[in-house]
Amino acid sequence: MNPKTPSKLEKILASGRLAVTSECGPPRGCDGDAIAKKAEMIKDYVDAINITDNQTSVTRLCSLAAVIRLKLMGLEPILQMVTRDRNRIALQSDILGAASFEINNILCLSGDHQQFGDNPQAQNVFDIDSMQLIQTVRYMRDEGKFLGGDDLEKSPQMFVGAACNPFADPFEIRVRRLAKKVAAGVEFIQTQCIYNLDKFELWMQQVRDKGLHEKTYILAGVTPFKSAGMAKYMKNRVPGMDVPDEVVKRMSGVDKDKQPEEGIKICIESIQRLKDVEGVRGFHIMAIEWEEKVPEIVEKSGLLPRPSVS
Amino acid sequence: MIVAERKPLDEIIGFIKDCKKILIVGCNECVTVCYAGGKKEVAILASALKMAFLKEGKELEVKEVTLERQCDQEYLEEIRDIVDEYDAIVSMACGVGVQFMAEKYQSIPVYPALNTLFMGGAEEMGVWSERCQGCGQCILGETAGICPITRCAKRLLNGPCGGSTQGHCEINKDVPCAWQLIIDRLKALRRLDDYDKLLSIKDWSTERSGGPRKIVREDLQQ
Amino acid sequence: MPCTGRVDVIHLMEAFQRGADGVYVVGCLEGECHYLTGNLRGKKRVLYTKQLLDEIGVGGERLEMYNIAASDGPRFSEVAREMDEKIRALGPSPIKTMLQKIHVDDLSIHV
Repeated sequence: MNPKTPSKLEKILASGRLAVTSECGPPRGCDGDAIAKKAEMIKDYVDAINITDNQTSVTRLCSLAAVIRLKLMGLEPILQMVTRDRNRIALQSDILGAASFEINNILCLSGDHQQFGDNPQAQNVFDIDSMQLIQTVRYMRDEGKFLGGDDLEKSPQMFVGAACNPFADPFEIRVRRLAKKVAAGVEFIQTQCIYNLDKFELWMQQVRDKGLHEKTYILAGVTPFKSAGMAKYMKNRVPGMDVPDEVVKRMSGVDKDKQPEEGIKICIESIQRLKDVEGVRGFHIMAIEWEEKVPEIVEKSGLLPRPSVS
Repeated sequence: MIVAERKPLDEIIGFIKDCKKILIVGCNECVTVCYAGGKKEVAILASALKMAFLKEGKELEVKEVTLERQCDQEYLEEIRDIVDEYDAIVSMACGVGVQFMAEKYQSIPVYPALNTLFMGGAEEMGVWSERCQGCGQCILGETAGICPITRCAKRLLNGPCGGSTQGHCEINKDVPCAWQLIIDRLKALRRLDDYDKLLSIKDWSTERSGGPRKIVREDLQQ
Repeated sequence: MPCTGRVDVIHLMEAFQRGADGVYVVGCLEGECHYLTGNLRGKKRVLYTKQLLDEIGVGGERLEMYNIAASDGPRFSEVAREMDEKIRALGPSPIKTMLQKIHVDDLSIHV
């Protein structure tokens, strides 16, 4: 596939190399430095950095401002955009805003329900859903028009991504759902973090059977466990998460002070195994509030050096 | 039907605390069916308010009337002759009835005794749930008879989201995932391939955000 | 009443409205209702009314439901005593107090 945008991430994926992305959560205040510091820690170990958009509906510094900052630092950001908080006017407007700073990557999401955040009494928007947002960005880029039909004076050159959860219910339609996103125009996918490698491989088999792995770049999501407690929490309390018992046992079977190390080991082993899965074109490392471990994970997984792209 | 429930008593008492004579008006339709504002509920509220006032050493005179509907001029007209005798009207109708009442009898304060919640139906005796958001462009024909605008907490037209867990919504175990329901229904209809169709961006101009809605049927106007 | 299933919220409310200090509803043992589930319905309405009485400030504890077999005289008098003691401990209902006061005030006007 030839790259269609100036996106560095797209270029790396198009060249056939494995890509590595990671994410940073913006601060709960207006300190722009906080996000810059996090990005500095990981910039030489990843090809692109996601900035989350009021994740879990907790109000934070907006993704748009943070990705602009990262771009001005010379980094390759991915603008995450949920449809929970903005209508199609604001969404298109923010896409243009990001593109005006030459931000070339966007991840289209619906967003967690506001009930989970710090403003459960807020209205939600959901003027359009994540699939329709994918369609919107593609339309703006490829047709050079606004949703309303007017011509864009200059169209955003965005590489369009979305999330995918092979482990959410109902499992049987998760592949159909990916197919739908591909039909909507998605160009890269970051999956939810994978612990059940068998199930993921099964899902990938079904993805390949439909030829979807050739129509979109799939980046496998991984998250290192910091503790056995975290593993148990994610297993039992986080919807759409599949953490096999063996993994929890492995974390619990180690002394508390050794657990972070074990978590990282598991993460690295997963990456090594996932490298051999046909259709996996890269990794999305989500080390929430543990960004400092990303360099180690990337290095020990044999993913260095990261390619330099003009 | 429109489903509503009674406001907390102290809120209602707050509205009428300076009144000596009130008229409580019930409605014989939706709010009767959901046991919120029919004749029985009017009697119970009357008794409760009288006792609440008595407790404070005050007396409250209450007249109880239940109209067939409060969203219809001809029924509202029935209380015209008695309305002036009261300090306030407490309407046990849904928000529609309360407003029609207030519009008709402008010189008397009209207070709502209910919180109107949704358009829905009875799942079983004593359990009512929401089914319609009145979007003005019904898509039930495309979603196997299940409305994702009403029953999906994110009103996704191409769901489910990643939070769907074992058939229920991420917000609450008691809320079924609308998209799970749609998928199950499509399977039962042997039309699961319909799921692959992308539903297009919705025209919301006919729902609430487009402004208050109105239908005019010239063929029926007099 | 043929069955506690016939007891409705308004009956209970009116009793208190007229100054009752306490009300107890006695139905058949659960599972032995002559009309099968009448006593269960009665119980739910009693619970609903208790909440209402709490909201008004009269006190839901002044209303209780008991289940006693029709033939169980001793249990019946036991319950009667229990209820009596309970209500005495709670004192007169605030409604009754106010009704008496109003009545007295009315009388004093005539005098």
